[in-house]
Amino acid sequence: MIKEERILLKNAGKINPLSINDYTKAGGYRGLKKALAMEPVEVIDELLEAGLRGRGGAGFSTGMKQRFTSESCLRCPQRYVVVNADEGEPGTYKDRIIMEQDPHLYLEGTIIAAHAIRSSQGYIYIRGEYQDSIEKTRKAVEDAYKKGFLGKNIMGSGFDFDLEIKLGAGSYLCGEELTMLESLEGKRGTPRIKPPFPAEKGVFGMPTLVNNVETLANATRILEKGKQWYRQTGTDTSPGTKIFTISGQVNKAGYYELPLGVSLRELIELAGGMRNGKPFKAALLGGAAGTFVDSSMLDEEMSYDNLKKKGATLGSGAVIVLAGEDSIARTLINCLRFFKHESCGKCIPCRVGTAQLLISARQLNDTARDKKKLLGEMIRDSGLMAATSLCPLGQSPILPLKSAARYFEDELCGLEN
Amino acid sequence: MSIKEIIRQFKPEHHNLLNIMHALQNSNPGNYLTKEALEETASYLGLTKASVYGVATYYTMFSLEPRGRYIIRVCISPVCEIIKAETIIKHLEKVLGIKTGQTSSDRLFTLELSECLGQCHKAPSMMINDRVHNCLDKNSIEEIIEEYRQMSKSD
Repeated sequence: MIKEERILLKNAGKINPLSINDYTKAGGYRGLKKALAMEPVEVIDELLEAGLRGRGGAGFSTGMKQRFTSESCLRCPQRYVVVNADEGEPGTYKDRIIMEQDPHLYLEGTIIAAHAIRSSQGYIYIRGEYQDSIEKTRKAVEDAYKKGFLGKNIMGSGFDFDLEIKLGAGSYLCGEELTMLESLEGKRGTPRIKPPFPAEKGVFGMPTLVNNVETLANATRILEKGKQWYRQTGTDTSPGTKIFTISGQVNKAGYYELPLGVSLRELIELAGGMRNGKPFKAALLGGAAGTFVDSSMLDEEMSYDNLKKKGATLGSGAVIVLAGEDSIARTLINCLRFFKHESCGKCIPCRVGTAQLLISARQLNDTARDKKKLLGEMIRDSGLMAATSLCPLGQSPILPLKSAARYFEDELCGLEN
Repeated sequence: MSIKEIIRQFKPEHHNLLNIMHALQNSNPGNYLTKEALEETASYLGLTKASVYGVATYYTMFSLEPRGRYIIRVCISPVCEIIKAETIIKHLEKVLGIKTGQTSSDRLFTLELSECLGQCHKAPSMMINDRVHNCLDKNSIEEIIEEYRQMSKSD
């Protein structure tokens, strides 16, 4: 059976997350020390050549993002680093585990990123419900200031960086980077038109780097151990590990750090197999803004590119497993209800569309309708929403909807018994 | 601390609005933002009352209505739903004698629903104020509620 490879979670459960000394004794802040001895552009090259891809869900090259941010608007008086710690994708809690068990790991990555793009001010935007993550991060920031890893002249390098914590207040949408910036500025969480991307015009109109917690944790390790070492794990185009959070009908639901490219079958095995030996039916990969897959996908390599090629998503690394008797329609309806609740209402197609999709999905149980036609209309409408909404929320319902229809059309239309 | 003192812990900058609202709401035993608190915040940050109201009503964690001392947030995301969050909600409603969205007559509990709390490996889950409670069933719910009732007496 496959084994966990704890590169990021090496310290989890082994050190006291409230003790900066525990972290430094375990080798912490060595990556930062190395980074500070390098030119900012060399740090970016290191991440670029390591092949690190954003772990928030999109899988965009972290090095590229940092390069764009560092090279845009050279006359601007400030550039910012914003840590996306607004984890809210259903089925996902990988960032929470990092924040609760080893908060300095991503803090170190944040300071490295700040040096890379020459930023002197950063923000961590943490989901308001994540109380434990907030407290652990607060303590970590406080201690990092005391030990000279934050503030003026960090580790004697002449580099200054200040970091402040901002709290979310119960809006999923604020996990989307441009919406997060609006919220961070103290406004309602509605998306901005892009372009301009945050790299050009982010928080307070300045170039801004938005990186996810798990991404920054990876950056720490890459700087500490080097790109060659990092590339030994994972696949060519998706190097490194991923923290998967597997839940639902498995015996040992939990978080597992595995090399990218692992198969769903291997992950389920590691999670103790199907609960009470029930038959596997489906998995929802990547949360509500993710895709359903059936047993034909059990042996596919779970990497950004391969899953995309097969019409699926890796997303946040959430894996929700359904067994024989579980209803696809019910989980799909839950996802659609979620989108309706979280739509901010700025774009009409999303505001009206998410409500209509939920009504239609519930009508799939109504025997009087032509269900195949109804499902077809839902997919068409979700396509229109995707084309006409500003942010990923309006672009997401099509993902679970289309994939559910692809694998489970007969069941959704009540044609299978 | 008075409302003014709480607000003045922060710099008078617009981007501090959400953090200020959290601090104000947490300091109010009724777990909500009062009109006075919002007006004071607007004037401190140099914002219109309308824009502060807009922000306060946008985010689900803020309330403009008095709530109970303990806010119960039951997770209703797909994973908790598969593991039967519904029965948890119904049982809570029975134990507390209220419907979802309501506050108990002793003003101790408000029952709310929440999107994914990120506790999927220990579903079904809920939060009560800052604390997470996992692997819920009917028995554990009764024990937990009783624990908070006792706690409120000793405070």
